Amino acid sequence: MEILRVEHLVKQFATQRAVDDISFSIQQGSIFGLLGPNGAGKTTLIRMITGIFYPDAGDIWLNGHRFDPINDVIKIGYMPEERGLYKKMKIGEQATYLAQLKGMRKPEAMAAAKAWFVRLGMESWWGKKVEDLSKGMSQKLQFVTTVMHEPKLIILDEPFSGLDPVNANLIKDEIYRLAKEGATIIFSTHRMEQVEEICDQIILVNKGQKILDGTVADVKQQFKEFLFSIELNDTEGLSSVDGLFDLLQSKEKKVVVRLHDGVSNNQVLQYLMANDRQIQSFHEILPSLNDIFIKLVEGTPTARQFLQGAV
Amino acid sequence: MNKTWLIIQREYLTRVRNKTFLLSTFLTPLVFVIIIAAVILITVKSVNEEKIAVGDKDGVLKEYLKSSKSTSFDFIANADTALLSKDYAAVLLAPGNGVNKGDQFEIYSRKNLGVMTEESIRRQVNDAVQTRLVTQMGNISKEAYDSIKKAARATDLNTKVVGEGSEVTSGNSGVAYGVGYATSFLIYITLFLYGSMVMRGVMEEKTNRIAEVVVSSVKPTQLMLGKIIGIGAVGVTQFLLWIILIMLMSTAVGAIVPPEVMEQVNAANRGMPGAAMTTQTNDAVMMLAKTSSTLGTVNWPLIIGCFLFYFTFGYLFYAALFAAVGSAVNEDPQDAQSLMFPITLPIILAIVIMINAITQPESSLATWSSMIPFFSPIVMMARIPFGVPGTVPWWQLGVSMALLVAGFFFTTWLSAKIYRTGILMYGKKVTLKEMWKWAFKKV
Repeated sequence: MEILRVEHLVKQFATQRAVDDISFSIQQGSIFGLLGPNGAGKTTLIRMITGIFYPDAGDIWLNGHRFDPINDVIKIGYMPEERGLYKKMKIGEQATYLAQLKGMRKPEAMAAAKAWFVRLGMESWWGKKVEDLSKGMSQKLQFVTTVMHEPKLIILDEPFSGLDPVNANLIKDEIYRLAKEGATIIFSTHRMEQVEEICDQIILVNKGQKILDGTVADVKQQFKEFLFSIELNDTEGLSSVDGLFDLLQSKEKKVVVRLHDGVSNNQVLQYLMANDRQIQSFHEILPSLNDIFIKLVEGTPTARQFLQGAV
Repeated sequence: MNKTWLIIQREYLTRVRNKTFLLSTFLTPLVFVIIIAAVILITVKSVNEEKIAVGDKDGVLKEYLKSSKSTSFDFIANADTALLSKDYAAVLLAPGNGVNKGDQFEIYSRKNLGVMTEESIRRQVNDAVQTRLVTQMGNISKEAYDSIKKAARATDLNTKVVGEGSEVTSGNSGVAYGVGYATSFLIYITLFLYGSMVMRGVMEEKTNRIAEVVVSSVKPTQLMLGKIIGIGAVGVTQFLLWIILIMLMSTAVGAIVPPEVMEQVNAANRGMPGAAMTTQTNDAVMMLAKTSSTLGTVNWPLIIGCFLFYFTFGYLFYAALFAAVGSAVNEDPQDAQSLMFPITLPIILAIVIMINAITQPESSLATWSSMIPFFSPIVMMARIPFGVPGTVPWWQLGVSMALLVAGFFFTTWLSAKIYRTGILMYGKKVTLKEMWKWAFKKV
């Protein structure tokens, strides 16, 4: 079932089109990656989905109904990239207050806050003020305030920035659990490598336009370059073979080859066996999302920025 | 509306529970009352117990100069400056006594006499000389002259204002002046105090980055209005507490002040001049007594009603503008200063106009500026005590109120548009021109 459908969304700012005709849809219970470099229009897109901005054109459908910013906010949990909490407010009160703003009643909000605090080992913090928390602690609190009203759609903008590995894993596990329980998660980031392991489906945006859409596996298949890594007992004398493969790299007992067009894996294996090579492993090298992105925007300043980032 | 209520509650409770709020609310009236009490005690105490030796061998003062509680005059034969070492604060010499060779009264002392003491002695001497001359030349008894003076003093000028028809009311321009001044200054202070509190609150939300979280749950306008109303409620609470506390503490001071001081005040109130007081304090108390009697002639329900109206809508009118400025400011408080200037300017201008308007409440400057929403909360409040519909016709009051309410809707609408853009805008320094653009672009 589709939880969110976005059709031809446009948002124009004074000098640029921040979002330029973007459409996509998200299945319920999936983890969806919204990828793109800084300034690609991700935050503007999210602000329209959360009802902070009105789109100039296009439609947003939530759960099969046209999105209604006033009544639908309770169905959405949004953690902005710029985290923020009231510094002087006690943590328990703060969580309760933010949930009430979403539309929860006070007793329910209190109960939900307490349950989450226990789950994440924060129950002893209830009476503390935010200004007394460490950065990691306030990130955890921020996550709790985002999800405690049990939203159907959770939008996390760069959720792992500033988190130590322990807390990052903790949050990651919670994200998986929420998705398993039926929540849909939109995960916005410019760190492509984080997405590969978490997301089922991604879209890639650049300069306000969608340049790629699909599941991670499909996208990788679509952009694969027929590269294989082969481990042999002996690579002595192995070289490129016309009509079969090019040898790109040879390092001790490992080689990287690119198959020629139309050549099947088995043909390569047969050739190796016929030459009496012992095959220890044979697997395909799929491109990383970062590589794919660079390829897509090749030659533009954005690509150069990402090439540098990858080094 | 429900969510706006939640925001109002939070804004109100976090501020009211704050230590600074409690401290300023309870200490301000205490300091106020202590200062007043100190002033009263010092004035009364400082003129006490001055012993003055009088050299008056010709008897020009003898029968006429009477000791009072503050100054006791001892008539000493052959008095001279040597008496200063003998427990006398000063030596008063009539012409021709001791070292005084001139034809004026002279007073000698080791150190300068207090201004109050000196003035009081001068008055008493003048009084004594006057009494002597009148009784001797006019050939009337001293008692008769005293009663003449008393009767003259008791004669008052009752001012009456003839209203429409033949209705006559007591005039009270002095009281109107005082009430007008006090209420308009109170509004002036409130606008600044709570307006900048709104601005700081908005800045806090923006720099803490909480704004984006909140506006994903509620409309920016709700957040802004919630803050403005919440802080307004804090202001009202603080004022009510101050009034109650000042009243309680004044009563307490009354209980603490020595009974003889209260007796003096009471004596003066009953109109017994010179009984125990210096003439000066006496006059002040007389004026106070007169004021308290004319206070009854002021149309209190109207003034209080108007005060509450102009206080509320004046605050709302300006608080929205302060919120807009707060939303445009980044981390740097210096930016706030320059952006605040266009808001503080009309407030200061209003107080300048008010100072003029209160002396001429019917001038065209006063009339027109009391209808412009930027000035009306302060200027109109200064005019109203002079009388509605006498000085301020009903239509002027109506137009002024209607324009202020309309102005409040306008500033709120304008500020809401600036606010919703500004609160999510980080990094670059915002100019007034850009804020103006935000106000009129579509969102």
